[in-house]
Amino acid sequence: MTERSAPRVPGTLGAAWLVARKDLTIEFRTRSAFFSALVFAVLAISIFYFTWDESVISPVERAPGVLWVVLTFSALLGLQRSFGLEEHDRGIDALLISPISRESIYLGKAVGNLLFLCAIQIVAIPALALFYNLPIGRPLLIVTGIVLLAMIGIVAVGTLFSAMAVNTRLADLLLPMLSLPFFVPILMNAAQAATRVLAGRPVAEAWPWLRILIAFDLVFVVACTLAFPFTLEE
Amino acid sequence: MLQTPSAVEVSGVVRTFGRRRAVDGVDFSLNPGDCLALFGPNGAGKTTLLRVVAGLLKPTAGAVYVGGRSLRDDAPARGQIGLISHQSMLYGALTARENVEFAARLQGVPRVHDAATRALERIRILDRADTPVRSLSRGLQQRVSIARAIVHEPTVVLLDEPYTGLDAAGAAALTEMLRLLRVSGASLILVTHNVDEGLAVASDAAVMLAGRIVRRDACASLEPQTYVADYRALAMDATA
Amino acid sequence: MSSTHQRADIGASATPAFDWFFVVSVLCVAGVYVRAIYFTPVEALQGAAQKIYYIHLAGVLGAYLSVSITALMSVVALWLRDERADRLAEATAEVGLVFLTVVLTTGPIWGHTIWGAWWAWWEARLTLTLFLWFVIAAYLVLRGAIEDAAMRARYSAVLAILGALLIPFIHLSVYLFAARLHPMPVVLKPDRPSLPGEMLTTLLLSLGAFLLFCIALIRVRYQLGVQRDLLSSLEMEGGAE
Repeated sequence: MTERSAPRVPGTLGAAWLVARKDLTIEFRTRSAFFSALVFAVLAISIFYFTWDESVISPVERAPGVLWVVLTFSALLGLQRSFGLEEHDRGIDALLISPISRESIYLGKAVGNLLFLCAIQIVAIPALALFYNLPIGRPLLIVTGIVLLAMIGIVAVGTLFSAMAVNTRLADLLLPMLSLPFFVPILMNAAQAATRVLAGRPVAEAWPWLRILIAFDLVFVVACTLAFPFTLEE
Repeated sequence: MLQTPSAVEVSGVVRTFGRRRAVDGVDFSLNPGDCLALFGPNGAGKTTLLRVVAGLLKPTAGAVYVGGRSLRDDAPARGQIGLISHQSMLYGALTARENVEFAARLQGVPRVHDAATRALERIRILDRADTPVRSLSRGLQQRVSIARAIVHEPTVVLLDEPYTGLDAAGAAALTEMLRLLRVSGASLILVTHNVDEGLAVASDAAVMLAGRIVRRDACASLEPQTYVADYRALAMDATA
Repeated sequence: MSSTHQRADIGASATPAFDWFFVVSVLCVAGVYVRAIYFTPVEALQGAAQKIYYIHLAGVLGAYLSVSITALMSVVALWLRDERADRLAEATAEVGLVFLTVVLTTGPIWGHTIWGAWWAWWEARLTLTLFLWFVIAAYLVLRGAIEDAAMRARYSAVLAILGALLIPFIHLSVYLFAARLHPMPVVLKPDRPSLPGEMLTTLLLSLGAFLLFCIALIRVRYQLGVQRDLLSSLEMEGGAE
């Protein structure tokens, strides 16, 4: 029984992957948040079709707007459950007393959320292309890339605020209020870039917007990783 | 005299919440193999003290060393700690085995599957290993939680009311497990307000009132009945 | 013990002291508006609407001063864990929200007269102010939703610091958005007004008066915070005994 070899504590990325995989396994078992976010996304895409006059604005022109609204709110649905999961039976305590670093908990949670949102977009973007008769091709592929860039920023900020919101009296109600102002530059730049790409203009024309988006991702992934330990109980 | 560092060294620990002093100057140390039973009424600061020792709460003053290292600043040193708390720290959607294996992976335990099997076997819950924790009863969840806490064979085990919800078989398995842990050199801190339970497994007994340890005895020199009576009197005085 | 000392403190400050600083600042603001309304000529092009400069720009000064202090004090609070820095951050955030509201109300009133539209999304400064308002509002709601003082200090400091990082991004985005839509006309740069002398004097006086008023408000709000914390600590001690 005592043939134990020395434990090899996982490094930051290894531990982050353990946390992300655990979250995704739980999500895969329950599927509750995933299905509600997915159904919300497809439902919203189809409902928004009827909010414009088809003879005035063509579906291709309004598709990007719908995409960003749906992306934002399905992201909020997914983010809300992220730390609620840890709070329920204080699973977070087990993470905190283990030898893994604080930062790896944040990164793991963020990666889990990012994959969760990607899974929704894998269905939502084709649904959008179908319902709004978008031309399938290179522009749509580039827009998917822009969506990914936007989601990195959304997840970076949203994961941190999810960790904060669960410890407050307002819990889930606070998350949109904290997050949405931070989503402003993400959505503004991603939407402007995507609109140009979908309209068939060269990517170079979207570059000024993409540049800000990429800078936002970099700055906030780093800042939120550093800020996360301050949101834990001391 | 030169000596090996104590397993747990708690010196001058104070922990306040706002202006409330939950733990108000606690000192003690434990040697390998010791088991300290910590008694006290609700709100005496037992759980807070345990969370400070576990490194979950930062002491407002004083310091805690486990194996001579400070847990808050030294992440690898946290691997020496096992914690059983009020909350199960389990994920309801995962099975008992998945929960225990996840804990083992976080600790970097080699041969995760075997380690989890061993831990689940020790607390007699191996037969339910593949049941989602959510559909286990409160007492069985407690057993899984215990398996999770000891899967990496910690040298210091902190137990906050571990007998809560356990049936007779579970309690017997826990008592036996605690005995084996001590034999293998682990130090235990057992927080409880059930004095009989505590005295049955502990080597040392301490009473905590209003954030302070007011009495400490070696269990060998104690007469359980008089100790229980003394403790009741102390606790009544404190609440009156 | 210190509790009797604290009680004496509360007794002393419970008698409403006459806050000279506050009163003087209010009189200054009142004086400036009498001058602005009755003794300053009406601007030829913009008409009476131009007089809104005297409150709008003064509001901008107060808002950005307060909010900068909030960000700065948040860094200090997180770094030194000093409860005074946290209290000052709280006070300036609240005062900042008031001034931001003034800016957001007076801006559209002026805009309606000059541009013929209440809101202009391509007016980057106004748009930026709106989003800043949202961040500060979230900051204050967050503070209100946390019981534990140490946690409230940490959480709100994190939000304020991230908010400070956010502002340049919103600024850049809004400018890029505006530049593609409308090349910004030079006439519509209200922060560099080439005003005739008398108007400029009134403007500078209004800035000065508002600066005093802003500091007075922060001071009062800070003292309120001190007394509230003192009160809650006394209640806590009373409850424990």
